[in-house]
Amino acid sequence: MAVTASAESAASDWPDALYELLIENDITQFTYVPDAGHQVLIDRSLADSSIHAISLTTEEEGVAVLAGAHLGGKRGVLLMQSSGVGNCINLLSLMTGARFPFLTIVSMRGDFGEGNAWQFPMGKSTQPVLEASGITCLRIDTPEEVIPTVTAAITMAFQADAQVAVLLTQKLLGAKAFA
Amino acid sequence: MATETIKDSHALGAGRSAGKTSSSVLERRSAIKKLLPDNEDTLYVTGLAGAKGDVLVLIGADNPRVYPLGGAMGAATGMALGLALAQPDKRVVCVTGDGELLMNVGTLATIGILNPPNLSIVCVDNEHYGETGFQPSHTGQGVDLAKIAEGSGIQAVRTVVTEADMADATKVLFESNATSFVLMKVGVSDPPAPYRTRDASYNKSVFRKDLLGKV
Repeated sequence: MAVTASAESAASDWPDALYELLIENDITQFTYVPDAGHQVLIDRSLADSSIHAISLTTEEEGVAVLAGAHLGGKRGVLLMQSSGVGNCINLLSLMTGARFPFLTIVSMRGDFGEGNAWQFPMGKSTQPVLEASGITCLRIDTPEEVIPTVTAAITMAFQADAQVAVLLTQKLLGAKAFA
Repeated sequence: MATETIKDSHALGAGRSAGKTSSSVLERRSAIKKLLPDNEDTLYVTGLAGAKGDVLVLIGADNPRVYPLGGAMGAATGMALGLALAQPDKRVVCVTGDGELLMNVGTLATIGILNPPNLSIVCVDNEHYGETGFQPSHTGQGVDLAKIAEGSGIQAVRTVVTEADMADATKVLFESNATSFVLMKVGVSDPPAPYRTRDASYNKSVFRKDLLGKV
């Protein structure tokens, strides 16, 4: 099937557009555990002197950091892989219990086309566990959905004090290749 | 808000700390008052249980300049980091306990590489898990959280065991050009704490209203 130039551009440019969307919405604390799916967001936040790029030793630290940011009047985002969701569960009680705005962008493993069986357990449990913890999940399968979906998540989190996870699926990201 | 003194822990009865000892005899409530001179520009995040009581006694039970955890164990230093980065002109003091800090000790490494100079961390170390009945923690058995802080890249680290150590530790906490960490060893006690609601959202709102002028 022929792919138009604009569709090709959207397919490859969404990470940069996503970074710019987050910046336009006054997000100044980027907390992350290194991850290939979030490489553009992580690299651009590290290179941006007006942004705090916060490298975490475990994802749950990012939950706490974002609560502290809100106490101080600032906005942040937690960038993690689906396996990191499992590390966050108890601290999510801080966000739902106090109704802290919570925006996390989760790159999925263990779903569409996964080649490493170790990833399947958290791949299957990520969304049910988040939802059981009171977090609203918005899944993205195509590049065209990225900006509208994250825009919606930003509104929910920072205007309505909601706790929202945007799940970037392997249909969007592609599955990691294994030899 | 009520100000009567009540037990700030589960009703497991008095004397839960009876017979327990640690490597220090400092009394935690009076020690924290000597270590931390409060002023109106200081913001506090506390761990749960004993550390929360220490700060409420220090600054007053109804004071909005503290976010006290009632759960989410392991979150105190991370919250203080996010707050310190968001408010670089304010002094942010995290007061936590040995058990709470051990639960997420990697956050010291996260803080070490960022090194916000307005962040001061105090670990009130009684070498026991007070909230659950004063079971021994790792810190009475050879684990040194000050060495872990140093090894995590935190530059201004002190240990307080007696009153003689305090003046220097206070200076480090409030005058360092780098993130500071003080491990304050205290005796094992279970002092009463003033009442403060555990409503996490209420405590968020009063903190923000006081600091930012809006909820």
